[in-house]
Amino acid sequence: MSKLISSSIGKKLFMSVTGLFLMMFLMVHLTINLLLIFDDTGELFNIGANFMVTNPIIKIVEPLLAVGFLLHMIYASFLTLTNMKARQVNYKRFNQTKSSSWASRNMYVLGALILTFLVLHIMNFYWKIKVDHSVAMVHYNGIEMHDTYSLVAGLFKSCLIYNLLYIAGAVFLGIHLTHGFWSAFQTIGWSSDIWRKRIEVVGKIFAFIIAAGFSIIPLYFIIKF
Amino acid sequence: MIEKILNEITLKVWRQKNATAKGAFETYTVKNISTDTSFMEMLDILNYQLVEEGKDPIAFDHDCREGICGTCSLFINGRAHGPDNDITTCQLHMRKFKDGETITIEPWRGTAFPVTKDLIVDRNAFEKILYAGGFVSVNTGGVPDGNAIPIGYDESESAMDAAACIGCGACVATCKNSSAMLFVSAKVSHLARLPQGKVEAVKRAKSMVAKMDELGFGGCSNTGACEIECPKGISIASIAKLNREYLTAKFME
Repeated sequence: MSKLISSSIGKKLFMSVTGLFLMMFLMVHLTINLLLIFDDTGELFNIGANFMVTNPIIKIVEPLLAVGFLLHMIYASFLTLTNMKARQVNYKRFNQTKSSSWASRNMYVLGALILTFLVLHIMNFYWKIKVDHSVAMVHYNGIEMHDTYSLVAGLFKSCLIYNLLYIAGAVFLGIHLTHGFWSAFQTIGWSSDIWRKRIEVVGKIFAFIIAAGFSIIPLYFIIKF
Repeated sequence: MIEKILNEITLKVWRQKNATAKGAFETYTVKNISTDTSFMEMLDILNYQLVEEGKDPIAFDHDCREGICGTCSLFINGRAHGPDNDITTCQLHMRKFKDGETITIEPWRGTAFPVTKDLIVDRNAFEKILYAGGFVSVNTGGVPDGNAIPIGYDESESAMDAAACIGCGACVATCKNSSAMLFVSAKVSHLARLPQGKVEAVKRAKSMVAKMDELGFGGCSNTGACEIECPKGISIASIAKLNREYLTAKFME
């Protein structure tokens, strides 16, 4: 295991493993979020959200998730810096449109955009629930919980800008994943000429589900309210 | 294909006196170039012209001019080995260009590939990676009988595909990170797939990757640009194989 962390492939392994972990988080996050559009009274989403915060597994995973995000960002910055150092004199003409996808060449930029969105996202919801405690409480069947639905729906009903920002965030994330998904498998070494095509197709579908899934929610509020 | 004459071609060429000098682009014009002329013959024509004018001819690497030795390089119009797939620069012909076109010619760019003169870069870094482990040092005995050591069809084919690497450096040149992963993976997966090379596979993967990192090549971000520009069409599936070999080696420690 010596020097694994300092080697280029070792650092990439961190990117890959944290990336896969974050993708699993996205699936859980999307599943719960979609409850928003199936019940306009908000009961379904509130119970779903309450289940997530009270679930012991989630309590363990939450700090891990923060670590995952941080490692993914730190290693991305470190690798990008090393990669920039590997070519100090740039080409006058550099044409990569025929040889690689735009997303694959701009993962760091896309990551930075997603991070910007993430800060806004945390300020909008997580901060208000966990730190500010400015969210009203509701009761269902005698159980007290945060009225998260009103918080989320309130934001999306209040201002069109937020809906558009959340759609943009979802789209950036989707583009990031069109390369990120298959790349994670390639870095671990789980790819071959045959499996690559399959993983790439699954990755594109996954990216689409994430982008479309998260976009549907603000779109629903734009159209309905 | 019918031969045509390109009346005038403008060339923007990187000129640099030596490794320490600050280089710059120079603009040249060549006239009446047949589309059947190879790109290097066109440069030869330009060099004759420069010599007649009493100027220093452009230095560029070339040797076999048959696409098998891996000596030629050149970054033409933003692409390694120019605007064609699965070829080296020496196999590129002027029929790929239009009359009146401006062609930009640059050397390979990478910290590990310093420019020595004009369009020539020092690719010794590749040799150093090979010295680190790109060989078989166990005694494999004499030539074995044809079918004495059975090797699966897929394994032998992938080994041969990886062995096609001519070490030209186009993968490094075209990679946005100047990563040498395709080169290293070609050597590692070529040898690791065959019985003679398998013995040292673990050691080889570790020492070649360590050398690659030490020499200042970037990391792989799986863009896949290298396999498109590789004159031998080596697939990045070999990079997956290298990752597998390397990570297994590291976790076994």
